[in-house]
Amino acid sequence: MTGDVAIKVRGLKTAYGTHVVHEHLDLDVRRGEVMGIIGPSGCGKSVLLRAITGLKEPSAGEVHVFGEDVIHLQSEDVAALQSLWGIMFQDGALFSNLTVQENVMVPMKEHTDLALPLMKELADQKIRMSGLETWSGRKYPSDLSGGMRKRAALARALALDPPLLFLDEPTAGLDPITAAGFDQLIRDLQKSLGLTVFLVTHDVDTLAVTCDRIAVLGEKRVLAVGTMDELRKEPHPWIQDYFGGPRGRGAIMGAG
Amino acid sequence: MLKQADLLKAPTFELVGGDDPRLVLRGDWVVTALADVDQKLRHEALADSAALAELDVSELGSLDTAGAFLIDRTLRDLGGNPALTGCTDEVQSLLQQARTLATQEEHAPPIPEEGHGFVDLLERTGRNAEHLWHESLESLSFLGATLAALSTIIWRPAKMRWTALVSVMEEAGLDAVPIIAFLSFFVGMVVAFIGATTLAQFGATIFVVELVGFGVLRELGGVLVAIIIAGRTNSAFTAQIGAMKMRQEIDAMQTLGLNPMHVIVAPRVLAMMIMVPVLTFIGMLTAIAGGMTVGWLILDINPTVFFNRLQDNVPIDQFWIGMSKAPVFGLAIALIGCRQGLEVGGSVQSLGQHTTKSVVQALFAIIVIDAFFALFYQELGI
Repeated sequence: MTGDVAIKVRGLKTAYGTHVVHEHLDLDVRRGEVMGIIGPSGCGKSVLLRAITGLKEPSAGEVHVFGEDVIHLQSEDVAALQSLWGIMFQDGALFSNLTVQENVMVPMKEHTDLALPLMKELADQKIRMSGLETWSGRKYPSDLSGGMRKRAALARALALDPPLLFLDEPTAGLDPITAAGFDQLIRDLQKSLGLTVFLVTHDVDTLAVTCDRIAVLGEKRVLAVGTMDELRKEPHPWIQDYFGGPRGRGAIMGAG
Repeated sequence: MLKQADLLKAPTFELVGGDDPRLVLRGDWVVTALADVDQKLRHEALADSAALAELDVSELGSLDTAGAFLIDRTLRDLGGNPALTGCTDEVQSLLQQARTLATQEEHAPPIPEEGHGFVDLLERTGRNAEHLWHESLESLSFLGATLAALSTIIWRPAKMRWTALVSVMEEAGLDAVPIIAFLSFFVGMVVAFIGATTLAQFGATIFVVELVGFGVLRELGGVLVAIIIAGRTNSAFTAQIGAMKMRQEIDAMQTLGLNPMHVIVAPRVLAMMIMVPVLTFIGMLTAIAGGMTVGWLILDINPTVFFNRLQDNVPIDQFWIGMSKAPVFGLAIALIGCRQGLEVGGSVQSLGQHTTKSVVQALFAIIVIDAFFALFYQELGI
């Protein structure tokens, strides 16, 4: 068995045409931890997420999620694996022809055989859990504000109580108060459900509050992995700038 | 691969009666396994037992928020405040969370009710009629705005996006030449065939030349091209502009001081007013060629004879009548395509609706405009 490793990436290489995004990238995410992924814009954080979830086929390397080889899975096994993770995309990626409640019900319909009334009740629960009020479930995504859309997307990602949660920039574009609430929400959910969270972010505050460990992406690979305190001792100039800059220092002081 | 569901023990519950009823929960209460237990909890009459005194969760396997919700729902239905036994911190916090979420106060706005009675039907009909009227008015005002934009461009040609104009001319005009030539050729053949069968009864097959000449030049050539363009280019315009609208590109343009009427609408309208006549001309030529082919191969009318007769008996006016409609068709098509594109809201569904609307309105407009032209030239006596 794989022990306590939820995501294992070995020698990953991804490329778009001749543009190589990752090369020889290794990463382990342990079960039950919140792993933050940071790195300069365009370093391929979202591409890494896509590679792990099987949306982008890598040119070389291996990706294992809960011990399963994501790249070479048969289609039924892919469905089984997909019910184990929830993904929240950067701009929500809610289905615009469905209401929020129907959006949350999509994974339940696909992966469970629950009765419709219970599905609706559970969807309402998930909507409240993500910090929205139940009646916003009747609305269509285009009628929601950016922050509400993110919450609705989180509700959909949580629909099946998946043990693994992928979050792509969950707090980007939110006001600091809402963002702080979101961080707390993720932390609470992670604690009560024992989730493994793969968190792509730019937000230093989010890192400080939610993450157990942080992986720094850059130069086509993982530059460093560790807790925030460990990373602050890393000599790499980008990491020094990141945590040593005014925003980084503020966040660390705030968290401490 | 081992499925998650295979590892789970089915969730069950047991009510131990007596004066102090006790509810014992066993198995894994997680979302993928809840279907059966939900049915049982709904149908089995738990409610007529006395208020629950104790909830025993010591034999509970794994629990997630969905399971917690179901347990909490049952507890709320039963009432009372049962003591929890065998409870770990995790289970406690999940149940606590479920209760908090379920009893949260909310301020929902009232749902507007939609009636289905006779009066409501009348109301909807009235609304739709009014909507139709508004739609026509809006189309006219859009025509006005476009003409205003075009006149600005005539005074200041620097405002025109020449690159966009040429690009649209290529996409919507040049690239449509093959399909228009092909279809027109076949329509020309069909007209000649129909004429040949009927005219042969009078021994007047030679009149096929007049039939093809008048039919294609005056009516069919122009209308056929307009209909093809309405299907091909109209939908493309609406989809392009609609996608730009959805991604807030139009808003960005406006804030940067660019007028969408100048940047988006004007080049498309101009391009269509130039290219539809050109395409109509090509369509007419190939349709006549189609008629001529049938005449030559089936009716033994020599191409020389065909052309001489065409020249002698079909006045050039007929050609000009057909061509005079083409720019108007082009204008109508571009206007409807652009307007519907700009009307698109935020959702994918609205994009689909407006694309459909755009093509339907364009076809409608083409037929109506053609009828008006027919009436007009009839009165002129041409």
